[in-house]
Amino acid sequence: MKVESNDTLDLRGVVCPINFVKTKLKLEMMNPGDVLEVILDSGDPIQNVPKSIKEEGHKIVEVQREGDFFRIKVQRG
Amino acid sequence: MTDHFIEDKTNKVTVGTDGHSPAQKMDFNDLKSGGFIKQRQKDLFTVRLRCPGGRISTEKLVEISKLAHKYSKKGVVHLSYRQSLEILYVDYKEFNDLVAELEKIGQKVASCGPRVRVPTACGGCEYNPNGLTDTQKMAEMVDQKFFGTPTPHKFKTSFSGCPIDCSRTKEMDLGFQGVVEPAWVEEDCTGCTICAEACKEGAIESDTDTGKPIFDPMKCIYCGDCIRACPTEAWKPARYGHTVRVGGKHGRHPMEAVEVCNFLPDEKVPDAIRLTVEWYNANGKRYERIGTAIKRVGLDKYLKHMEPVFGGIPKRLTERAYEG
Repeated sequence: MKVESNDTLDLRGVVCPINFVKTKLKLEMMNPGDVLEVILDSGDPIQNVPKSIKEEGHKIVEVQREGDFFRIKVQRG
Repeated sequence: MTDHFIEDKTNKVTVGTDGHSPAQKMDFNDLKSGGFIKQRQKDLFTVRLRCPGGRISTEKLVEISKLAHKYSKKGVVHLSYRQSLEILYVDYKEFNDLVAELEKIGQKVASCGPRVRVPTACGGCEYNPNGLTDTQKMAEMVDQKFFGTPTPHKFKTSFSGCPIDCSRTKEMDLGFQGVVEPAWVEEDCTGCTICAEACKEGAIESDTDTGKPIFDPMKCIYCGDCIRACPTEAWKPARYGHTVRVGGKHGRHPMEAVEVCNFLPDEKVPDAIRLTVEWYNANGKRYERIGTAIKRVGLDKYLKHMEPVFGGIPKRLTERAYEG
């Protein structure tokens, strides 16, 4: 099943922890329950950003691998 | 028994309290256990405070600052390599006054020499996202229960909250490093593959068809990255504990500690220290660190002594989950 997203952040090429900070700020501007699509590079970004998103109280509702990057959908907590 | 920290040959010196009050006798031999370290400068000592885990309340820090300002002839403190504050350039004639004033704010003086030292610790699970164990709480407990216990030579302990091991448990006489055993629950897994990406050890690979994890427990270092990264909580903590390492040291001839136990629960840590110190006192020679004693006497002898506390801890709780 596909989750519809309200907005997208393409964070390819953005390093840690800037990618997380951008995600966090974006989510804070959204409404609870809204879904943000985030595109992250494999390696460091995908190792770290999802952990941090979870720790902030948001929910990762979908993860899709597309070659060298990941497309994840985050529901604002 | 001599002490290399204080080289004064004088045994008794006259110590006034403030230059006006009646003089008191102070025994330099008592200083060894008291964290007073002789400086190059005549009559001046470093006073090492006791700050387990390097944690000090801001309230106390303000008071310590005032005292350091009052008693340090040069107005400086130093952060010791083991996380405790040291007040530099203190005149030994003012020891009693300084100690009394420190006592009033609930600050104790540390120690040097052949005994259990103040434990060091990282931030731990209280506020560090990587933290798996409450290292600060453990350091405080060890400080209260074991600080100053006499041993053949110095005995250093530390607590790291995770396998990044910032507190360098591999260089301690006895070190405790936090670990978590992950357990995978298939029903909760969506095959998203994030855990395989999050694992820096290559212990998780994703099945090419389902995306579900194939776990290699031999490669796992129990850091919990998979648990923290999993979006659906399919990876769960099966248990937390400490990897115990013994016999490490730095200095002129560094030695790496050996791992002697995994997943030691919090409540068994005091027994692990008590029994280790007991073994060290029974087997170690004067000026011999426990690592050298273990090499000389045999690791098997040490492990036999530790059987009551290390024995019976299962290697893995979750064998079944990794099969098939």
